[in-house]
Amino acid sequence: MNADVAVAAVGARTLRVLRSFGRAALFFADLVLHIPGALRRFGLVVRQIHAIGNLSLLIIMASGLAVGFVLALQMYYALVTYGATESLGLIVNLSLVRELGPVVTALLFAGRAGTSLTAEIGLMKAGEQLSAMEMMAVDPRSRVLAPRFIGGVISMPLLALLFSAVGILGAYVVGVLLIGLDSGNFWSLMQSRVDVWRDVGNGVAKSFAFGIVCTAVALYQGYETEATPEGVAYATTRTVVVSSLSVLAIDFMLTALMFSTP
Amino acid sequence: MNSDTLIEIDHVTFGYDPSRTILDDISLRFARGKVTAILGGSGCGKTTLLRLIGGMAAASRGKLMFDGELINARDRAKLLVQRRRMGMLFQFGALFTDLTVFDNVAFPLREHSGLSESMIRDIVLMKLHAVGLRGAADLRIAEVSGGMSRRIALARAIALDPELIMYDEPFAGLDLISMGVAANLIRTLGDATGATSLVVSHDVPECMAISDHVILLANGGRIVAQGTPAELMASADAETRQFVRGEPDGPVKFHYPARPLTEDFGVDEIEVVA
Repeated sequence: MNADVAVAAVGARTLRVLRSFGRAALFFADLVLHIPGALRRFGLVVRQIHAIGNLSLLIIMASGLAVGFVLALQMYYALVTYGATESLGLIVNLSLVRELGPVVTALLFAGRAGTSLTAEIGLMKAGEQLSAMEMMAVDPRSRVLAPRFIGGVISMPLLALLFSAVGILGAYVVGVLLIGLDSGNFWSLMQSRVDVWRDVGNGVAKSFAFGIVCTAVALYQGYETEATPEGVAYATTRTVVVSSLSVLAIDFMLTALMFSTP
Repeated sequence: MNSDTLIEIDHVTFGYDPSRTILDDISLRFARGKVTAILGGSGCGKTTLLRLIGGMAAASRGKLMFDGELINARDRAKLLVQRRRMGMLFQFGALFTDLTVFDNVAFPLREHSGLSESMIRDIVLMKLHAVGLRGAADLRIAEVSGGMSRRIALARAIALDPELIMYDEPFAGLDLISMGVAANLIRTLGDATGATSLVVSHDVPECMAISDHVILLANGGRIVAQGTPAELMASADAETRQFVRGEPDGPVKFHYPARPLTEDFGVDEIEVVA
């Protein structure tokens, strides 16, 4: 009897998980279908790019600068052992544009913009604003969700590029201005060894994928939230957890695909 | 359906989950151009009824008709057309907090009317004037009181001159002055525009004062009584009398079903002093 109950519990849980995957997939498909509708209201998209992108600039650039500083210091300590300090700029650049820029930006994005999207949509739902919109024969998916989705997807790669650019400037400050490495070496190696398509392009492609995942997760959690204060709080937390883990998992897969040859 | 009926509810059963029925096989007709109040205690399915009429939920059995056409929550395209002929005032207004008072009322006009901005401005100001808030057009939603936000939401609900206006608890949480203002508005707007008004509420005196027809719902979505306000007030039925007079105990029990007192307190006998 106990075994029956246990099997039933496992089955019910599995079904719940599968159902939530199904709902998330349908939600995403719906979101994509409503992109044309949102593009017709381009003013809303622009407002979202401002809310999601511009207002995240401070945290992204400050973090980029800090990461650039630390990366330059750590790399210098490691490279000086082998007398290869002239490669500092190149290593910092590749680390940032291929990996740290997209990933750290996505994690910060989940914490800064993702949570705010979830809370905003969740509170709109709790305050019946989404229902009111539906009753006014306006589809909240094309009026509210899709513009935010497009705003997030456009903002993320731009933020990641800025993160990397500021990080490289941070590394320049530490490596060249403070430690005294040769400025010419710092820039010229970067210029000759960093490939725009392979390195920068793949980094941008990664952050584009992260933009899709982080924004869709944040919107889904907000849209599906239970319309109570606890529900919104729980959904906000889940946004950070699910987005961060998804970003790390997708990063590994994309890195394996993009940089499989040396 | 005859032309005097705008909405017909035919043997509708509904529950958010299969184990709990909220509305049980109810049939109702709402007359065109009249103010109908749906009264009942909390959780008896009043708001659910409005949600079904608005197509925000689908009945598990039975059908709902709006002006002779089926309301099908799954036929989104048709529903959107039907919803343009409906206005709904939500319990707490459901105003868009990122927009001003003016922009909230202009919202449905900008989405659907295709009018120029100067015409929209005139219509919005007229609607706000009708609810006495023309002077508040430029305020942010955070700056208006509960009573005002209800009136703004009403101005928004009537922006497209709907044939049906649904009011979900329009008096909840309002002071006496705001309540009187709201009740008066529902009646005068109904009379002035010829719209059919459905008022869901548990405030008996206000609804009795403004309605042409009253429907009393009990828990489980059962219809206890219906008729004109005078007929309900004069009813001899115990459940109707308990509700319209607001008596705490009667056919509707004060106590939620519980185990016997002796069992909960672990004693053999308890004498309950009335």
